[in-house]
Amino acid sequence: MKTFVSLLVAVMMFMPSLSMAASDTLIWGRGGDSVVLDLAQATDGESIKAGIQVFENLVKFGDNSMDVEPQLAESWEISPDGLTWTFHLRKGVKFHDGTDFTAQAVYDSFARIIDKDHPFYGYGKWKYLSLSLKYVSNIEIIDDFTVSLTTEMPYAPLINNLALWLCPILSPKAMAEYKDQIGMHPVGTGPFKFVEWVKDDHITMVRNEDYWGGAPKLKKIVLKSIPETATRLMALQSGTIDIADDLDPDAITLVKKQKDLVVKENASVNVGYIAMNTSKPYLADPRIRQAINHAVDKNILIQTLFQGLAIPAKNPFAPSIWSYNDEIEPYAYDPAKAKELLKEAGFDFGREIELWAMPVSRAYMPDPVKTAELIQAYLSAVGVKVKIVRYDWGTYLSKTSNGEHDLCMLGWLGGNADPDNFLYGLLSADTAQTPGASNVAIWKNAEFTDLVKKAQKTFDKAKRTDLYKKAQVIAHDEAPWVPIAHTKVVRCFHNRVQDVPLRPNGLNSFEMVWKK
Amino acid sequence: MGRWDMLRDLLKNKNTVLGMVIVGCILFLAVFGPVLAPYDPFLPAPLDRLQLPSREHWLGTDSLGRDILTRIIYGSRISVMIGLVAVTISLVPGTVLGLLAGYFGKTLDAVIMRVMDVLLAFPAILMAVFIAAILGPSLVNTMIAVGIVYIPHYARIVRSSVLLLKEQLFVQSVSHMGGSHGRIIFSHILPNALAPIIVYATLGMGTAVLQAAALGFLGLGAQPPQPEWGAMLSEGRQYLQLAPHVAAFPGLAILLLVLGFNVFGDGLRDVLDPTLRT
Amino acid sequence: MNSSVISRRIVQLILIMIGVSVVVFLMLRMIPGDPAQLLLGELASPEELAALRHDLGLDRSLLVQYTIFVKNMLAGDFGISMRTGTPVINEIIPRLAATVELSVAGMVIATVFGILAGILSAVYKNTVVDYTAMLSALVGVSMPVFWLGLMLIYVFAVHFQVMPMMGRMEMGTEMHAITGLVLVDALIHMDFAVFKDGLRHLVLPAVTLSTIPMAIIARITRSAMLEVMNQDYIRTARAKGMEESVVILRHALGNAFLPIITVLGINMGLLLGGAVLTETIFSWPGLGRYVVDSLMGRDYNAVQACILIFAVLMALINLGVDVMYAFLDPRIRVDGD
Repeated sequence: MKTFVSLLVAVMMFMPSLSMAASDTLIWGRGGDSVVLDLAQATDGESIKAGIQVFENLVKFGDNSMDVEPQLAESWEISPDGLTWTFHLRKGVKFHDGTDFTAQAVYDSFARIIDKDHPFYGYGKWKYLSLSLKYVSNIEIIDDFTVSLTTEMPYAPLINNLALWLCPILSPKAMAEYKDQIGMHPVGTGPFKFVEWVKDDHITMVRNEDYWGGAPKLKKIVLKSIPETATRLMALQSGTIDIADDLDPDAITLVKKQKDLVVKENASVNVGYIAMNTSKPYLADPRIRQAINHAVDKNILIQTLFQGLAIPAKNPFAPSIWSYNDEIEPYAYDPAKAKELLKEAGFDFGREIELWAMPVSRAYMPDPVKTAELIQAYLSAVGVKVKIVRYDWGTYLSKTSNGEHDLCMLGWLGGNADPDNFLYGLLSADTAQTPGASNVAIWKNAEFTDLVKKAQKTFDKAKRTDLYKKAQVIAHDEAPWVPIAHTKVVRCFHNRVQDVPLRPNGLNSFEMVWKK
Repeated sequence: MGRWDMLRDLLKNKNTVLGMVIVGCILFLAVFGPVLAPYDPFLPAPLDRLQLPSREHWLGTDSLGRDILTRIIYGSRISVMIGLVAVTISLVPGTVLGLLAGYFGKTLDAVIMRVMDVLLAFPAILMAVFIAAILGPSLVNTMIAVGIVYIPHYARIVRSSVLLLKEQLFVQSVSHMGGSHGRIIFSHILPNALAPIIVYATLGMGTAVLQAAALGFLGLGAQPPQPEWGAMLSEGRQYLQLAPHVAAFPGLAILLLVLGFNVFGDGLRDVLDPTLRT
Repeated sequence: MNSSVISRRIVQLILIMIGVSVVVFLMLRMIPGDPAQLLLGELASPEELAALRHDLGLDRSLLVQYTIFVKNMLAGDFGISMRTGTPVINEIIPRLAATVELSVAGMVIATVFGILAGILSAVYKNTVVDYTAMLSALVGVSMPVFWLGLMLIYVFAVHFQVMPMMGRMEMGTEMHAITGLVLVDALIHMDFAVFKDGLRHLVLPAVTLSTIPMAIIARITRSAMLEVMNQDYIRTARAKGMEESVVILRHALGNAFLPIITVLGINMGLLLGGAVLTETIFSWPGLGRYVVDSLMGRDYNAVQACILIFAVLMALINLGVDVMYAFLDPRIRVDGD
């Protein structure tokens, strides 16, 4: 008893003090820690979110759109043969370590990724080359502020790739100094300077007073890892943090109810889908795959498990991306028709097929297990017996890329927001080779693949649009997927935070943000 | 002590009776669940999701609109099984190894206990993840994974009791009189080492159910839409503010199950362990 | 303990380390899932996978991989984290400090209150005290950790706002880390404001973490006490007219300590590695979370290093347990074999 009383006294002694963040410090709560802050090595959203405050690219996406705009390059032109891109660089820009930004920095930042002989090549593991500089065969410094890139074939999506996080411009001095630890010590030209990183806890950045675009309004940004969603939600509700990322749809519904909190939404570039493994004989007939499309009521799914924060998908990519084919008529929810198609195709109703459910939620699939359970019920209503199978995420990605599944749930956050990313990356015959397939429907359609590859080499946007629209028709008719939804990007924050931007991929620099 | 005496003692003991009543009720639910349950445990009704307890749904509905009472009733089968099987998998080998190590000592002890140390060096959840991931995700594999993890615990507890008992006079005198090892172990040492094992095992039922749920959370446990209590509890944490009942009722169910086994275990220990009878 | 016992202990530790290293190495490679695939995510191409596997050394034979692993480890090099590219040891040390601080605090709470509750229940067997204590223990053991943690946060941090919600220190606190243990560092710097702040941050997670071991300790204490209290020498002591509190504390508890210590030892291990959920809920940057994240991310080097460190810690704890055995009961030889 004595111990209890003394404990109580001890507890009382702790004065109630809930500190609010200072008005020029932004506390930004998120679900996980960054992995690496050299963005050329990053594949996860949490690294990118932090890194893009520090780094800039030659070009960038708009603040609330995915249109390419100038950043460290003021202008650029493409040679008539479509092979050489010449960039005219911004003058008077300084890196955070005080060195000048010149063409040499662009050269070193890019050459380290693709040139095995470059001294910095061994300092990192360069990921997603096909989204960055894979097709670049030569980088040339023309003068201090002019640089040119040459591709091995005409490659139109390059400009989008350059705007992507994977092509940041780093200080050559820092790369030489930190070597393979550059990922812990990012030095760029961006609005915020990196200060400190306590792993799994927080990353601190302060404003770059010498930023060429004018010093940002916030003095400090603290990115705080709060892995538990329920804790993150309470932290936002109580005002301990200013922004809470990655809340689930039901939590967002709660946030909307609280007066001093704001929920900002924007159309996204992601897609969540169910891929049907076309290499399995019992899923090879397109009528069976069409039937499965007819069996699922996406509207109910989105209304409930997505809490309305998504639009139903009918194509492999979102309507916010150019060349979206809106003339395609989506497969309507029609169980009777689904049954009919299954019978027509001679589907074996005695067979139990597996639906693989992702064990983790991603922006494109906020509640994968519940989604799988609902889809299981829809399919059983048309007579298709479904068994839900889950693996841990690592096993899941490996096994799906080996094509071991029947149906599997996956998605894509949008990458460079170029249709090529979705159609070539996720649906072409080239990417359907197992093991290592990213086309997890293992769908090998020659006509579709030809269209998409032709589009890669076409610079005329109208012609590309035409090719992509045709490709979408094939993807719809052959139905390798059940496209589920394009989940909106959402940012939840306290109303004392102003001018919060929200790009369709959810990744923004916070130079304009300020606090009341 | 004859079999009938023991049964009589069991029935005379308040704890065992209470424990048997609780566990009996849960077993009754497990057996007759399909007859008793008011709804289909698997059929989603998404538009009725997250409803608070009402006359139609006594314990409310979950995030897919399924009746929680129904799912708890169906889930009793799975959870009782996880608890029993997992604890048996750790208890039996663990006890045998602990007895052998403690009784024979020397090299055998060293070998057994070093192997146990190797297993103990792995954090429980990590070892379970390893085993479940290697075996593949299924309910049976979950029980095996959770079971194996706790083998060293029983081995260590039993060994420490044996070390103490072995030195006590009555065992020494028995061995002087020429009793076989088997007889000494099973009629003299084991009964006297039972108390801590029973306590640990009955508590272990609860941890097994929760551990299995933790595996489910990582995508390795019982597969959806199985209404496993631990899994129901885990998914309820998403709705702690919006619909607290989603986690609360499965949590209470687990509590009751653990309570039942513990109270029963207490009584059993009192009856089995003659030195404790007062 | 004499020197032969110490050298035997060292041999044992080496054997365990070899065993652990082989087991963890093989198990990591037996579980499906490819580190390269995980690093590259949903849009990995076969060439990129192959290149990354080569970079990570995963395309070599198991024997070669193991030899490299052991060779590096003997040189004190735990390798580079496959996920972050930084030396694993740099990732582990700060997190280890966080976990040690939390688990020691949790264990202290669990031991003090567990033993206290156990004694009370044994002494007042079959009374309200006993039932209350044991029922609380049961609730403790079957109460889901995340539930308790979130409730504590809600009540103390959100509703009454008397406790901090998460983390180890107030955000923005800058303190030069020496040991990595906030409380110890604060004392070294003589910074009592930070000490108090660190202590306040520790309370809720430590309480959350302590419930399960507290319940187990309480029940084991009770049952061990009951057993001992019925034995002849206690009866003798009582008959001699010794004061009841002396009988209980000196004789009964003294002899009941053996099973309690055993359970304490095992559960310290559980706490060290089992703090995953508590660390997650309270945003505590510890090793429990890290090792599970690393395993789920198939960061082979990180998992191997963590497990080896756990093994050493567990060996030290076991050594402590055995020493206490011998100290409490001279009949048992320290070496145990």
